[in-house]
Amino acid sequence: MDARVTQGAVSGRGGQTVRDIISVRQLSLRYGRGESGVLALSDISFSVGDGEFIAVVGPSGCGKSTLLKILAGLLPQTAGAANLKGSPIQGPRRDIGVVFQSPVLFPWRTVLGNVMLPADVQRLDKDEMRKRALDLIKLVGLSGFEERYPRELSGGMQQRVGIVRALMHDPAILLMDEPFGALDAMTRESMNVELQRIWMERRKTVLFITHSTAEAVYLADRVIVMTARPGKIGDEFEVDLPRPRRLDVMNTEAFGAYVKRVRAALNPGGGGLD
Amino acid sequence: MRRGPVAFVLRLAFIALLLCAWEWAVGYFKTPAYIVPAPSGIAYAMYNGIASNLYVSHIGATISETLLGFVFGCALAFMLGTVVALSRTVEYYLYPIIIMFQAMPKVALVPLILVWFGLGLTSKVISAALVAFFPLMVNTIVGLRSADEDRINLMRSLSASRWQIFRMLQLPNAMPYIFAGLEIAMIFALIGAIVAELISSERGLGMLMQSMSFTMDVAGQFSILFILSILGLILNGVVTLVRRRVLFWDTSRDADANEANATKGEVL
Repeated sequence: MDARVTQGAVSGRGGQTVRDIISVRQLSLRYGRGESGVLALSDISFSVGDGEFIAVVGPSGCGKSTLLKILAGLLPQTAGAANLKGSPIQGPRRDIGVVFQSPVLFPWRTVLGNVMLPADVQRLDKDEMRKRALDLIKLVGLSGFEERYPRELSGGMQQRVGIVRALMHDPAILLMDEPFGALDAMTRESMNVELQRIWMERRKTVLFITHSTAEAVYLADRVIVMTARPGKIGDEFEVDLPRPRRLDVMNTEAFGAYVKRVRAALNPGGGGLD
Repeated sequence: MRRGPVAFVLRLAFIALLLCAWEWAVGYFKTPAYIVPAPSGIAYAMYNGIASNLYVSHIGATISETLLGFVFGCALAFMLGTVVALSRTVEYYLYPIIIMFQAMPKVALVPLILVWFGLGLTSKVISAALVAFFPLMVNTIVGLRSADEDRINLMRSLSASRWQIFRMLQLPNAMPYIFAGLEIAMIFALIGAIVAELISSERGLGMLMQSMSFTMDVAGQFSILFILSILGLILNGVVTLVRRRVLFWDTSRDADANEANATKGEVL
């Protein structure tokens, strides 16, 4: 996997030069049939280049989690096409890692055991994977906690375990469904910094779902804004801020302009009181 | 409520007080021993029973019936519960039968079992197994089905097979339910064995009680009741001990054990 780190240019990935690793065309999903059916996703089209960090931001109920489930192969779409590396998604695939809203750890497994889960499921080489797990645990600063159980960890630590577990089987694509939604604001910011660091080190293609505008702009190369009922894409733009981004980038004018743009897409009428 | 050593002593004192009141009341009202014996009489009966070696073999008989019934009943309950939990088809066809049996007081079947399997060990083991069966089967089904949807999605996203989802997620996840079921099943197995012995038997504490009832040895009966209570505590304690070892990760039950018992062991 480390070969890929050097391969893609670290900061300047022009969308045209790399092939699309995720490609979604006119995707729709309807829950239920007929009159009572609900259109959760309507006519979604976008693509993601290799090694790109995409944030999908939108209000709750805009279908962003549904979109992620389709890409993870957990839910079939009702219309349109979703391709990964050029082939249609027909079910869960091993080149994808998923991080869920809650850490989804198994309380009967230690931190190391939880991180090893993908290796156990996919019957990968035990010794090699163990080494890798220990490396990853170190990467997120949890060395010394390998033999602890999830209940002994804080929420932020648990979610870090959830993230490195998704990296275990070295997936090319990381799908993250509001992974920091349950954390307090301060932990969340430091997790954002950490995620950026992990991403810059490991170079995965990331699709990151969030309802936080600032989080989306801070993390992403490109932001996709979704609006609700039915869920569709309201805006899509590149974030041209140099990396690694420090937290104080959030105070810059450029950052503010991006945030404003997201907000404008979410509230076309100006939103709120005026 | 604060519980210190003082409270513990008070608790013992309270029990002692009750026993003294009982002893005094029996003497004061001159209650005949064949109606209500005094605690001292019960203690004497207990001493006699144990010293004469009369109780020991009967205790052994009851324990072996209970344990064998527990093992067979639980093994079957676990297997059937698993099949029902994993297969909607099996569930669909078995459900009416399960409901029928569940509603029936299982001990009412014991006379039939005695007719079919005789007065020996077999009929007692079967009746213990029958009574122990249902709480564990129901808890196995509920436990295996209780796996969190996110966790199942996680396993699926890793391309886990159905068997892997069962072995790595559903089964460990069901263990708190299964152990709650086992604790109830253990006590129920004892009930099943005793009822069968009371109705008709050659050995066991139930049979002993029955014969004492013919000779109006009420103090002896009380002493057996006491032994049964201790036996139930020990058997239940063994399961609890194993649970604590296996379910070290399950913190939910130590805090509100009784509540969990009430909800997880709904079928009596």
